[in-house]
Amino acid sequence: MNIVILVKQVPDTTEMKIDKTTGTLIRAGVPSIINPDDLAAIEEALVLKAKYGAHCAVVTMGPPQAEEMLREILGRGIDTAYLLSDSRFAGADTWATSTTLAAFLKTLDVDLILAGRQAIDGDTAQVGPQTAEKLGIPQVTCVEEILSLNDHHITVQKAYETYSDLLEVDLPCLLTTLNSMNQPRGMNFVDAWKAYDKTIVRIGFDDLHLPLDQVGLKGSPTQVKKTFTRSVQSGFIKQELSPEDAAKTVSEILKAYME
Amino acid sequence: MDFSLSKKHTLVQSMFHDFALKEVKPLAAQIDEEERFPVETVVKMRNLNMMGIPFPSALGGGDGDTLAYILAVEQLSRFCATTGVILSAHTSLCSAPIYAFGTPSQKQRYLPKLNSGEWLGAFGLTEPNAGTDAGGQQTIAIKQEDGYVINGSKIFITNAGYADVYIIFAMTDKSQGTRGISAFILEKDTPGFTVGKKEKKLGIRGSSTCELIFNNVHLPKENLLGEEGKGFKIAMSTLDGGRIGIAAQALGIAQGAIEQTVAYVKQRKQFGKPIGAFQNTQFKLADLETKIEATRLLVYRAAVLKDQGRPYSNEAAMAKLYASQTAMEVTVECLQLFGGYGYTRDYPIERMMRDAKITEIYEGTSEVQRMVISGNLLR
Repeated sequence: MNIVILVKQVPDTTEMKIDKTTGTLIRAGVPSIINPDDLAAIEEALVLKAKYGAHCAVVTMGPPQAEEMLREILGRGIDTAYLLSDSRFAGADTWATSTTLAAFLKTLDVDLILAGRQAIDGDTAQVGPQTAEKLGIPQVTCVEEILSLNDHHITVQKAYETYSDLLEVDLPCLLTTLNSMNQPRGMNFVDAWKAYDKTIVRIGFDDLHLPLDQVGLKGSPTQVKKTFTRSVQSGFIKQELSPEDAAKTVSEILKAYME
Repeated sequence: MDFSLSKKHTLVQSMFHDFALKEVKPLAAQIDEEERFPVETVVKMRNLNMMGIPFPSALGGGDGDTLAYILAVEQLSRFCATTGVILSAHTSLCSAPIYAFGTPSQKQRYLPKLNSGEWLGAFGLTEPNAGTDAGGQQTIAIKQEDGYVINGSKIFITNAGYADVYIIFAMTDKSQGTRGISAFILEKDTPGFTVGKKEKKLGIRGSSTCELIFNNVHLPKENLLGEEGKGFKIAMSTLDGGRIGIAAQALGIAQGAIEQTVAYVKQRKQFGKPIGAFQNTQFKLADLETKIEATRLLVYRAAVLKDQGRPYSNEAAMAKLYASQTAMEVTVECLQLFGGYGYTRDYPIERMMRDAKITEIYEGTSEVQRMVISGNLLR
């Protein structure tokens, strides 16, 4: 059983500060972390490895500094790490990213791909699903529990807002995971101590045989025109009411919106 | 000469720090208050493979080195000196002498379980009448055909009551003085062995410190560690290594104390400004920080010398002497900067001050370290 986890290094948004004059995020000096939904995917992979026996690899696309994150992931017990890094990959949107990831994943023998539902910096939740589409394999997004695994199928519970689906999916497939589904373990000494003895496999543009206009900024149909904070333009109503009347008034207002 | 940690050491240091911050810090005040041995933390350290860091994987260890192990003790002690000494006594005082002096079958019997953390280790040398004068052992081991019968007692034994294996020392030939002392490996369930009174201590109150009592304890000859009569040498050699562990504990306490204090002086206001804005505070902190960094260099150097297989006894003594003095000075001065609040148990600084004191006493008092250092100097 070969499991591959797609991971992204993201700025720690809890440490983010906003430049008061320009209104933009100050990225300098912000520590990088493993994207939380991806950590859940790593934890699920490690649980499956312990339960069923599996080889677990992580794949990330990012700058060379992402190596530090990969070392930490190896320190948690993941077997292999791949870093897709090339200046020609830079500026990729989700489309170009999934094109690049899919091209690389086709070179591996994979039974199960796990990815975090979404990254806390972009919040698109698109890379996982697009990658599955480009690989032509089934996908289940927002998985909240993995119930069982055999050589042919995986059984998972997919979360909706108020209910869940129990699904059996053919392998190979791709699942996206929710950070609420588990408590990710930290590093342990034995794996952390060996993490720097392992080779992180570097993959560049030339390894993937993709046209140049399908990767990086050139391969990205998304164009950011402007980034701004949407102003909230609703007015407010102020009335002095008893709790009962207040509840009635609020429910009437809400009903009007729901119709 | 490179003063920075390797990438491997930096990564495991961050692992130890994350663990200490998430799992050790939240319990520190509680186990001190309740004088409770943190069994759950030992289980967690076991799960993270922290109980056999410097020993080979063939014996269940982590394949790490002394420096990696020292970084663990330092990070634990930065938040909880009790947790630091549990790991230090287990690793330096029990697993290390079995690894250094044990027979292949003793290593196979004990080290995989000690290194995995399934078993916890302890070390019993000190007696009511044999402290610094450890050669004055009154515990007697009488040789019989199939082994030894041990009678006597030990005092102030760290991890006692929770340990599964104890390295103990006893006189096998009183006429030979220190050359009549032998070391033994004792398992907790051996008939005649009991754990006695638990000490009520000033600091490291979560650590279990008890008396050991041997009443006609029969040990087979397979439990003799090293040769008969070599026990004192084994004890002294073991303590050389243990001192690096205690020095790392002291370093961690000092580091934790100054971090607490830096945060405090930034927010505590008197005379209309944070007390960190006063030069008295600034100069005091500057002196303490400098001493902590000097300590770190001494402690890491002793660990690296041990890893390089070079003599380190003198350097370990200097590291422990200076680190324990620093821990004491830093915690006393930091508490002064906290003022009245520092004297209360609402802040961790008074606990750190109480914890620091033991580092000047156990595994060789500061005076013993001075004897070692001056002995080398005047040789």
